[in-house]
Amino acid sequence: MHTQLDVNGRAYALDHDPRTTLLDALRDHIGLYGTKKGCDHGQCGACTVLVNGRRINSCLTLAAMHDGDEITTVEGLGEPGALAPLQQAFVDCDGYQCGYCTPGQIMSATGMLEEAKAGDPSHVSASLSGDVALDDSEIAERMSGNLCRCSAYPFIRQAIHSVEGKE
Amino acid sequence: MSVATPLPHDSAPLHVTGRARYVDDIPAPAGTLHLAFGLSPIARGRIKAMDLAAVRAAPGVVRVLTREDLPNACDTSPSAHDEPLLAEGEVFYAGQAVFLVIATSHLAARKAARLGKVEYEEMEPLLSYDETLAAGAEFEAEPRVWQKGDAGAAIAAAPRRLTGRIEIGGQEHFYLEGQAALAIPDDGGAMHVVTSTQHPTEIQHKVADALGLPMAMVRSECRRMGGGFGGKESQGNALAVACAVAAKLTGRACKMRYDRDDDMVITGKRHDFRIDYDVGYDDGGRIAGIDFTQVTRGGWSMDLTLPVADRAMLHADNAYHLPACRITSHRLRTNMCSATAYRGFGGPQGVLGIERMMDEIAHVLGIDPVEVRRVNYYADCAGGGGGGGPSAPRSAAPSPPERYLEQDRSPGSGHAMSGALAGAGKRFGAEHSPVARPVEPQTTPYGMEVKDFLLNGMTAKLLADCDYAGRRAAIRAWNERSPILKRGIGFSPVKFGISFTLTHLNQAGALVHVYQDGSIHLNHGGTEMGQGLFQKVAQVAAARFGVDVAQVRITATDTAKVPNTSATAASSGTDLNGMAAMAACDAIRERMAECLAGLHQAKPEAVVFEGGEVRVGEAAMSFAQAATLCYENRVSLSATGFYRTPDLAWDRIRGQGRPFFYFAHGCAVTEVAIDTLTGENRILRADILHDVGASLNPAIDRGQIEGGYVQGAGWLTTEELVWDDKGRLRTHAPSTYKIPACSDRPPVFNVELWDGENPEATIYRSKAVGEPPFMLGISAFLALSDACAACGPHYPALDAPATAERVLAAVKRARG
Repeated sequence: MHTQLDVNGRAYALDHDPRTTLLDALRDHIGLYGTKKGCDHGQCGACTVLVNGRRINSCLTLAAMHDGDEITTVEGLGEPGALAPLQQAFVDCDGYQCGYCTPGQIMSATGMLEEAKAGDPSHVSASLSGDVALDDSEIAERMSGNLCRCSAYPFIRQAIHSVEGKE
Repeated sequence: MSVATPLPHDSAPLHVTGRARYVDDIPAPAGTLHLAFGLSPIARGRIKAMDLAAVRAAPGVVRVLTREDLPNACDTSPSAHDEPLLAEGEVFYAGQAVFLVIATSHLAARKAARLGKVEYEEMEPLLSYDETLAAGAEFEAEPRVWQKGDAGAAIAAAPRRLTGRIEIGGQEHFYLEGQAALAIPDDGGAMHVVTSTQHPTEIQHKVADALGLPMAMVRSECRRMGGGFGGKESQGNALAVACAVAAKLTGRACKMRYDRDDDMVITGKRHDFRIDYDVGYDDGGRIAGIDFTQVTRGGWSMDLTLPVADRAMLHADNAYHLPACRITSHRLRTNMCSATAYRGFGGPQGVLGIERMMDEIAHVLGIDPVEVRRVNYYADCAGGGGGGGPSAPRSAAPSPPERYLEQDRSPGSGHAMSGALAGAGKRFGAEHSPVARPVEPQTTPYGMEVKDFLLNGMTAKLLADCDYAGRRAAIRAWNERSPILKRGIGFSPVKFGISFTLTHLNQAGALVHVYQDGSIHLNHGGTEMGQGLFQKVAQVAAARFGVDVAQVRITATDTAKVPNTSATAASSGTDLNGMAAMAACDAIRERMAECLAGLHQAKPEAVVFEGGEVRVGEAAMSFAQAATLCYENRVSLSATGFYRTPDLAWDRIRGQGRPFFYFAHGCAVTEVAIDTLTGENRILRADILHDVGASLNPAIDRGQIEGGYVQGAGWLTTEELVWDDKGRLRTHAPSTYKIPACSDRPPVFNVELWDGENPEATIYRSKAVGEPPFMLGISAFLALSDACAACGPHYPALDAPATAERVLAAVKRARG
């Protein structure tokens, strides 16, 4: 079947099996390998991308469901030499070790910062309405869907916090 | 200077932009085929019949192989040649590869593999400790027994005695990047294999064996892994061999990666252990003698079980000077996946055995667990690495750096040290007042003298810094007012031996080229799995040439560049490869110095490599100009370097010798809370003081310490492996196997590096850091035990992992 995807501002016309996940479409059809396959179960977060600005596990959704959608992958945020602030913060804070979960962490954090800005509450928020103060426990809770086996969590949180503070 | 600097990871800009390539991200040659194994669903049985017609007929399938189609057993074992690539008439665990599908896509191969019809004659699998012991299914003819003194007599004569048992679960590596390999046929029957592996040489060796080729015909390469933790030391062999065999048969590139569930079912994990202790001690908690019996389940093949179980014995003393000790170790052959290397390599299990015992002694005596530990510590040693007690100022000084520079640097000569090492030398030692050294040498249960112990001073500092005493009192008071929630605090030290216990593995090689434009190409035998090894070694190379680390090009580990490498394991990567790289750099630097000195009528010793410049007397030029000049004067600008760890001697049968070059130390205090109605628990705070010698890169070392602690705490709390009574692993995905998430990291987490230098002549006097901090997670386990103990008068005897269920059971035991 045919699906039109807008990935990082570029249009792609895919001819694919209806069961192809968005993750496999990005990696195998488009050749963007930055989005990683960690578990293929929607449980590790390594495949996180933005769909129309919202974060999503790309292994748990079919490419066919995103006809015409705007997809942002880690390659679309910035590149070496012209990093996005969050990417730079991960470099500055050593927010990784092996790096395999990093694209997912950064995409997830990008989406998460927008959610918080929009006032979306989390499990640990004191109130369901009003402004969200992104303290350490809020960041930890909102990032708990992105596993890092090297457990670079302290530095990941620090990186996210540093960007959140600046904005 | 580039060493002792918190530089970011070598691939930092690539990681954050998704441009760092892992095996599955490398664009494969056109026509690449994909592989999948057909797996045994049962734990033990004979294969009666195999009908693979449906597999062969499935869309996209190119070939299907069984044992009969292979040129030989295609053994994938790292040790005993007991792991045929595909089952030979019998299966020994649920998840064993029975046939291999070669197809045009990953998905086609996996789908087809499900269509195999294999009939088995099922047999009763050996699973539990007791039934396997009773069946006598052990990897060695006899259990290993090591002794120091007469433990039986010492225990009998002691005023007090207790016996106990702890069961310790295994651990799934859960490297985020699953196992993966790509084999590309090369000219003349040669094979090029790209693998996610900690041990490229073993991959080369196993592929060469399977293909009947000399090792020189196989090239094995690894740029980076998405995590290893020991799980890629031997467990990648099967994929690499399968790809190579299939590539040879089809003439096409072949690629294989395990999906997460397959990965968890097929590959080995940390060894689980059951440890019995029988200890004699006095009213002050001082130990007179211990008898440990360690039993571990090694799974269906030997893999690395013997050295892992040896290391559990080697760490049975942890940080304590035992007058008499007997350690018995049984290594069981069970019908489960073959347990393998995992960060700490048996050490953590051995350490947990004695830490649990210390905890129980303290409970019986009603004294602070830290005090029981302190009275049994080895004594701190003079020259053991500087630093001071809780109030001692951080300062520099005793052991003379000049002597070390002149005598201990085997490959480099004494000259031209001016740039890199002079600064490092200034940081040597400290004016500290260590606990007086005993007259008799203090030895471990395996007869090694402990000469660099630091934990008395470190413990004093950590306890003061985190207000251990005040918090313990506050927690006791809080618990008295809190009937449902209970808090607990735990302390644990670690003394970890650094070196491979198979002595010949303690060697490394490096290859360095300086190009005529002054850029530097660095290669060595170590592999990068996120631990920052490549950056640390690049920092060493940059320091030797006095240039910025950006001038050093780090390249993939490649058996065609540096041969006969050891696995990047045993925390030894930086120690070994850093020294080898230094030797290579120094060889080139000496040649350059000699050439430039000749041109300027100076002595080679007067040539200084510093700040991106090379100075000869008054003359100064950039490193690039120096390289050009040397090239034009026909100087060889390429060299290999080699290093072997000195002074090691080890007899594993007798359990005697000096298996380790030195010890790395650390200690931690963790505070937790439990819910006594549900067993739910969480870590509230952790404080760590860890010894990395003179850190090559404090940022990377800190990451290793924090990550090690969290992973260690995960092992002992939420990470539970469950096999059913048929021997099937039921926890084979992150949905059922819980590793720590971002929200599980302690909300208060203080990590400090102990300021000192390694008294042994390691690379810039640093210490290994990969494994030792893993054991600091034990303090979280002990804190949970402490919280359970607050519920009643009895010892809670908590087993690991301390899941909510086990915490609840321990609370019940405490209440009686």
